[in-house]
Amino acid sequence: MFAFIIRRALQAIGVLFAVGIISFAMFRFAGDPVNQIVSLDTPAAEREQVRRSLGLDDPVPLQFVHYLAKAAQGDFGVSYQFRQPVADLLAERMPATLELALCATLFATGFGVLMGVYSGLKRDSLLAKVFQTVSLVGISLPTFLIGILLIYLFSVTLGWLPSYGRGDTVKIGWWSTGLLTLSGLKALIMPSITLGLFQMTLIMRIVRAEMLEVLRTDYIKFARARGLTTRAIHFGHALKNTLVPVITIVGLQFGSVIAFAIITETVFQWPGMGLLFVQAVQNVDIPIMAAYLMLVALIFVAINLAVDILYTIVDPRLRTSIRQPA
Amino acid sequence: MTIRSKFLVAAVATLMAGVAVPAMAVTLRYANQGDLKSLDPYTVNETTTNAHLGHVYEGLTRRGKDLSIQPSLAERWEISEDGLSWRFFLRKGVKFHNGNPFTADDVIFSAERVRAQGSNFQTRVPTNSEWVKVDDYTVDVKLKSPNPILNSQWDTWYILDKEWAEANNAVSPTPAAATTPSYASLNANGTGPFKIESHQPGVKTVFKANKEWWDKAEHNLDEIVFTPIGSDATRVAALLSGEVDVIEPVPLQDIQRVNSSANAKVLSGPELRTIFLGMDQTRDELLFSNVKGKNPFKDKRVREAFYKAIDIETIKSRVMRGMSTPSALMIAPDLFTYSKDFVRPKYDIEGAKKLLADAGYPNGFEIGMDCPNDRYVNDEAICQAVVSMLARAGVKVNLMAQPKAQYFGKVLKSGNYNTSFYLLGWTPGTFDSHNVLHDIEGCRDNPQSSRGESNLGNFCNKKHDELTDKILVESNKEKRDQMIKEAFQITFDEYGYIPLHQQALAWGVSNKVKLSQRADNSVLLYWATKE
Repeated sequence: MFAFIIRRALQAIGVLFAVGIISFAMFRFAGDPVNQIVSLDTPAAEREQVRRSLGLDDPVPLQFVHYLAKAAQGDFGVSYQFRQPVADLLAERMPATLELALCATLFATGFGVLMGVYSGLKRDSLLAKVFQTVSLVGISLPTFLIGILLIYLFSVTLGWLPSYGRGDTVKIGWWSTGLLTLSGLKALIMPSITLGLFQMTLIMRIVRAEMLEVLRTDYIKFARARGLTTRAIHFGHALKNTLVPVITIVGLQFGSVIAFAIITETVFQWPGMGLLFVQAVQNVDIPIMAAYLMLVALIFVAINLAVDILYTIVDPRLRTSIRQPA
Repeated sequence: MTIRSKFLVAAVATLMAGVAVPAMAVTLRYANQGDLKSLDPYTVNETTTNAHLGHVYEGLTRRGKDLSIQPSLAERWEISEDGLSWRFFLRKGVKFHNGNPFTADDVIFSAERVRAQGSNFQTRVPTNSEWVKVDDYTVDVKLKSPNPILNSQWDTWYILDKEWAEANNAVSPTPAAATTPSYASLNANGTGPFKIESHQPGVKTVFKANKEWWDKAEHNLDEIVFTPIGSDATRVAALLSGEVDVIEPVPLQDIQRVNSSANAKVLSGPELRTIFLGMDQTRDELLFSNVKGKNPFKDKRVREAFYKAIDIETIKSRVMRGMSTPSALMIAPDLFTYSKDFVRPKYDIEGAKKLLADAGYPNGFEIGMDCPNDRYVNDEAICQAVVSMLARAGVKVNLMAQPKAQYFGKVLKSGNYNTSFYLLGWTPGTFDSHNVLHDIEGCRDNPQSSRGESNLGNFCNKKHDELTDKILVESNKEKRDQMIKEAFQITFDEYGYIPLHQQALAWGVSNKVKLSQRADNSVLLYWATKE
């Protein structure tokens, strides 16, 4: 097990290095940061001065080496737009993104499993067909459109929910949470639905398919023959066995929920890391872009590792194969 | 409900009522597309940031609702006969937000700081001017050459507290390319009508009214909460749902909807920025064209043909939905006395074709055009309209519309003026014609001088530049205006540029709020009242 984790950690470093190289190669196409930093009527000499002090006249590989050397010491540089350390900015924005991703995942899992089970068990009922239609909408409509539709319905027309921002937040140490205030919770509803809708439909479809599959297996027939209640069969035996792939999906998708929060955060002006990244792209704020991409890569790698470890706990068969590679 | 719980509810209700009795604080919520970038007033010279900081900091002068120069921290000033010495009499009894008194030392300190390395406002104060403290409330400025518009940009040259800056290690300005965070970029201490309560860059900034302000407040606000909202649809939705009171800008396509809603309307008017087309008149062969061996734009007839082929009224009605003011000059009419004497040549497609034929292009030619797509109101759509209008005259334009980050990197000096035909917008920072004559219309031939640095196509006329130099030092307004007119006439007659229009300002304002709009697009909420 230990060797397995070490091996994975080494792979992770390789992945991060590759992400770093690729993103640095792309930054050159993002535009000239100097033009975003100074105003249009700034004299050329002053522009040169800015360029030099940022080290932008160095060759790109050299810039990359400088960057890596500093990043290894935990220094991700200072944002061009905000003149603040990037690490502080990301730390300040992280709670917003993580809370949103968590709520979206809870929403997606909760409703996804419920709807999936129902439409698996009663697949000819009207409600199951409604669920199927909803899932089609969830898969085919782009996120930003869903967000804007929700805003127009619930904020502008009905006036029930706030259209932007996080509402009031409470500080617990360095973590700012919106989960403890009414306005914070209200502000979470629409972004969570927008962000989680795609995962919800995914989970619903998987649960439904798995349910149909499991209900046909021998042990379910046997359970029926033993005279167990339908309830015990459905939830005690069938549902439990459909959950293994669901755990995988939820785990792996959590990374993409964080990464795709970019769009949801832009639509709802949610002050998280994704919004910070979008603003950084518009302003060619290279330090933020680089640190964000590395961070997302790190999250993906960490989640993959966690899911791999969880597997071995859920499924004992994998434990032996890790200890003695086949 | 049991009796006890009824009692509890009643008690809580009484308590809450008791708390709610004092008059509610008046909070104005404001959302802008852009962000408040730095609190250090010498870091970025940009309208939105300057306007924000204008609530907190003040200059020696300020500009009124009609952009007229008014006394602010300086009560009055005198200019010597030869124009080389200015004396400023400072206002007494003014206090910074931290309680420090405002004195001549602060002015002299700010004059040094604004000219220091790293300031983006170095042009606010002539580098070689000398600042002398006469007494605590009098300052003399000695100039090397007369400058009639010395204080024209001082409304956004904000005065800092010397003691505060020294105590907080903020004596040098925070450079735009700061590599270490500075105190002054996250904290503010001005003399203005509002104090900064909290500032979270990119998320939220809270301003509280300064009850000890030296002037009588025109606003009735206790608090301003500013949030940047980048997404157009969300910003408009926030206004319509009443969550914010003021937004800037309202996208053109949403103006109708905001006006027809019950709780908000759009405040609009012509902006000072002039949108125009420029042509490369300097290279011997254009970079992006199928005409080889010569540059068609060196021929005045071709420039005239381009000018006449553009139907500005159609751009106004179709592309700008009526929200633009067609322009014949490279400066907004509000900023120059004789602008009415200039009339745009009429749209004349047949004339344009004939001019092109006379110039030797009876079948037109091909040319590449650069255009930003996220900088000005409907910039890309304007360029597309220009493309189809020139096509009618036989000129095939290959449009390259790109985000401003790439666009400016390509067309400005840093990109080696890599363009043949482009769209740009310009507001003279000084609100004075000299800036346009010097930066946009001046010859680029001397690499040591900053003249013509933003003249991307290098329209060049020696007589024009001689006039520009005289205009800089002429103190007699009447003579000066005549010379400006003469200089503008040269550019106009030569078809050096194709001015298009002033785009319209569009602010969304809740019906509960009364607000004055200033033509430079500064959203100044110290003129706002809210019910």
